[in-house]
Amino acid sequence: MAVLLLADVANGQLAKDAVSKTVSAVAALGDVHVLVAGEGGDAAAAEAATIAGVAKVIFAGDHGFCHLLAEPTADLIVSMAGAYSHIAAPSASDAKNILPRVAALLDVMILSDVTAVVDGDTFERPIYAGNAIQTVKSADSVKVMTIRTTSFEAAADGNSAPVEALGTAASTGLSEWVEDKVAASDRPELTSAKIVVSGGRGVGSEEDFKIIEALADKLGAAVGASRAAVDSGFAPNDWQVGQTGKVVAPEVYIACGISGAIQHLAGMKDSKIIVAINKDEEAPIFQVADFGLVADLFDAVPELTGKV
Amino acid sequence: MKVLVPVKRVIDYNVKVRVKADGTGVDLANVKMSMNPFDEIAVEEAIRLKEAGKADEIVVVSIGVKQAQETLRTALAMGADRAILVTAADDVHTDIEPLAVAKILAAVAKEENPGLIIAGKQAIDNDMNATGQMLAALLGWSQATFASEVAVDGDTATVTREVDGGLQTVKVKMPAVITADLRLNEPRYASLPNIMKAKKKPLDEKTAADYGVDVSPRLTVVKTSEPPVRQAGIKVGSVDELVSKLKEAGAL
Ligand SMILES: Cc1cc2nc3c(=O)[nH]c(=O)nc-3n(C[C@H](O)[C@H](O)[C@H](O)COP(=O)(O)OP(=O)(O)OC[C@H]3O[C@@H](n4cnc5c(N)ncnc54)[C@H](O)[C@@H]3O)c2cc1C
Repeated sequence: MAVLLLADVANGQLAKDAVSKTVSAVAALGDVHVLVAGEGGDAAAAEAATIAGVAKVIFAGDHGFCHLLAEPTADLIVSMAGAYSHIAAPSASDAKNILPRVAALLDVMILSDVTAVVDGDTFERPIYAGNAIQTVKSADSVKVMTIRTTSFEAAADGNSAPVEALGTAASTGLSEWVEDKVAASDRPELTSAKIVVSGGRGVGSEEDFKIIEALADKLGAAVGASRAAVDSGFAPNDWQVGQTGKVVAPEVYIACGISGAIQHLAGMKDSKIIVAINKDEEAPIFQVADFGLVADLFDAVPELTGKV
Repeated sequence: MKVLVPVKRVIDYNVKVRVKADGTGVDLANVKMSMNPFDEIAVEEAIRLKEAGKADEIVVVSIGVKQAQETLRTALAMGADRAILVTAADDVHTDIEPLAVAKILAAVAKEENPGLIIAGKQAIDNDMNATGQMLAALLGWSQATFASEVAVDGDTATVTREVDGGLQTVKVKMPAVITADLRLNEPRYASLPNIMKAKKKPLDEKTAADYGVDVSPRLTVVKTSEPPVRQAGIKVGSVDELVSKLKEAGAL
């Protein structure tokens, strides 16, 4: 059977890295059909067709699928589900919103944040903020799952899969999109950046977060934050890394003024190299750091910015 | 309007979990258990709606082992009016899957007819992030997940959601299911007098069978293992040393 993969698309932009990693996660399970939903998604659909391993792209271009509201998008996927053994999507906020709804409509369980595909029925996923890994075998007829993309390599490029238009009209009436507040940024996307520089409560203020951002910009890095930094208003919510924020696994993760609570570690402990800058030598972050520097971040971070 | 809030008893967020040596799960015997932090936020939001005159009754529901009664008492002490305990397991190690929980909650909702259900966005034990969405699906209701702001106005709710790119605002038709994210509010602590009063608030005891829901799992746990442990590296003495180490490692 085949796999239906809901593409992550925002404002017509395909999250290509995430989709490509999801394709490679599910490639062994059958032909992969990528679903791009929403008017204006033509370019995203065309781009998805270039990912190696994609058998075809299905473009449902009705206006009602814009913003991927959960209710119509779940109905769309359910209407297509009969032809598929697996329904998957990268674990992004849209998929986390939509796929559990799809699963319940199909009377099957959801498999959230899959980190390994053992076979068509068996999957690994983290529980307890990544402090345990569970291997589960599903007895359901269709497996509905979100894929933790940091656990997979991107599929290659250089495909030209066919793009099929699907005329299904979106169901309406339950909810309505009002607005998005998205800060435009030239920085790389947090979940796919090679380097991430993160700041925690130790940074102290929104104003002082600029020294974190300056280091990030010098390195061409994305900026992350701990929950404490976001809750305190130093950084926007979409920078939060952790159990309930984003999961990242860059080449280098630089944690500045972050203590290393398990909920934070859950989002970054698979980074290749972890650097910690913290003035408390007992901070738990040093237990996972490859390179730890016990220092005041207000001295060390600007100095580092000057020397890289 | 009645507000229904499902609450789950989970391992306290401060406890370091231990995987059992035989790989059958996580050790939950004699560990501190608490209300799932996201559910505390959901309870708080319901109380604030009541304080603002938008809700008149708050019913909390917990599904799991008998001991979840304590979690319900906590919610009652915070300010919920009434509780329903649905016993669905005997062993504290049994985690009822979100699909079965959603089916029981849907049955409760059909009896109670709430105008709004506020749930936590995820439970910090199984990290599924699914029950609210599944419940909305089973009821055929609208959903607004990962809420950081909720405004109820007549038969619609305007909800600001924390999404990957920032914030999204949606307007949902009620009845609706809303799931709470971390920044929706800061939950209150129950005062001692309220804890005492909570002991006298009504708590109904039911079982999964009363609602005709089969809670047998769809996912069989093959094994539970420890994640690879990360070794601590070295401490560097200066920024210069850090830069040279990063260069050596090919990271810069
Ligand atoms: C349900 C739940 C979900 C959660 N989800 C997340 C999540 O997704 N992500 C997350 O990050 N957290 C999450 N948390 C919160 C987590 O438990 C911690 O509270 C949080 O990560 C702490 O952030 P912090 O390290 O920035 O702050 P703190 O723990 O306060 O640490 C600040 C650190 O800065 C250091 N410092 C202070 N000043 C300086 C200075 N001048 N120079 C150098 N170092 C300095 C201090 O030594 C300290 O180590 C969650 C908690 C709960 C209950």
